[in-house]
Amino acid sequence: MLSLYTDARARFALAAVLTVMQASSALAHGWAGERFFPATILTDDPFVADEISLPQVSLQPPAPDASQLTNIEVDLSKRITPSTGIVIGDEWQRLRAPGVPSVGGLGALRTMGQYQLFIDGPHQALGLLGLNVTWGHTGRAAVGAPNFTTLSPTFDFGKGFGDIPRSLTFLRPFAITGNLGFDFPTQATTAGVPNPNNFSYGFAFEYSFPYLECCVKDVGLRAPFNQLIPLVEVAFTTPISRAPANQTIGTIQPGIIWAGSYFQIGAEAIIPANRLTGHGYGGVVQLHFYLDDLFPRSIGKPVSEWW
Amino acid sequence: MDRLIMTFVVGVLALGASPGSQAHAFLDHASPPVGSSVPAAPPVVTLWFTQDLEPAFSSVTVTNEAGQRVDLGKAQIPPGSPAEVQIGLKPLAGGTYLVSWHVVSVDTHPTEGTFTFEIKP
Repeated sequence: MLSLYTDARARFALAAVLTVMQASSALAHGWAGERFFPATILTDDPFVADEISLPQVSLQPPAPDASQLTNIEVDLSKRITPSTGIVIGDEWQRLRAPGVPSVGGLGALRTMGQYQLFIDGPHQALGLLGLNVTWGHTGRAAVGAPNFTTLSPTFDFGKGFGDIPRSLTFLRPFAITGNLGFDFPTQATTAGVPNPNNFSYGFAFEYSFPYLECCVKDVGLRAPFNQLIPLVEVAFTTPISRAPANQTIGTIQPGIIWAGSYFQIGAEAIIPANRLTGHGYGGVVQLHFYLDDLFPRSIGKPVSEWW
Repeated sequence: MDRLIMTFVVGVLALGASPGSQAHAFLDHASPPVGSSVPAAPPVVTLWFTQDLEPAFSSVTVTNEAGQRVDLGKAQIPPGSPAEVQIGLKPLAGGTYLVSWHVVSVDTHPTEGTFTFEIKP
């Protein structure tokens, strides 16, 4: 047996090295205490991270006018310091509408600045402030890319239920993440059509088999089933100015995520929440890599620790 | 283009299948099992992780319902099993015990967790 505490000098030398290196990994993707939060597909994640979605492919449900959008999307999240980060994303879209030729092109470029407001390990809670910017004139108008920039401040949060009484055994693997935000277009109208300010909100309700197995009860699940996280995501957008009332749109997306050591795979159905959003069904799949696990000593570290 | 996509898919599958020695260490299983009830007091608690561990920064404690430590204080990693950690226990009476672990994988990713087991003679 190797004792964990055999050589004090070696321990302290290693401590010095690891203390520096751990600063980069302590906040890496979604951990709050013993709770692992996967990257969700529809709603923003409440943590700064070094991750990349490559790719995310979705077929949206048909819109009320029967047009249908296919997206192939890439999102890169990068920590600048251990508690700040950026996200850059874009998508290639193809719009099909009855009676007209389909059109394809890039959507608008999206960026996000993030600040990790808090991580409360014992209570499995996370909070993040973000500023999303959807940039005008960066995509093809024919597929819906705007000619104006929209600023979207957000508060993203996560909460695991592992701190509820242990007697509530099978409720403890539940977790919820969510977003609350506003959209402020920098241009009030486009060709006479108003661009409303919006209130956006979304939630992801998750049941973590990894948490069940590690920290609640070993029910005998083994790989790959002990790495599954079933979830339901919902997201809505409600205009709060320059638009008629009752114009809320949104989707409900039940699905599942498999989280491995280096990447995760997710798939969700897309169900319109009301007739204003669309009809029928769509779907989305995502392949998402953990750069901090793949490249822990190079690009997986915060930029501030590269030198 | 097809070759590029195939290379990408094969690369991802290889990544997923490789045992790997890096990344966050998840608890794979434990003895006594997480949340289990056992008829006799175990002499040791053993935890198996998904990644190799850094011994100097990996620790395990076991406490009784009063919060008193009942472990022997020296978690150990068996030679040849770098993803396994063990800690000896004092003779235990019936009751519920809390295992708390904090480990660091060899590439410095820290993870932690807790679970209980019950001794029901």
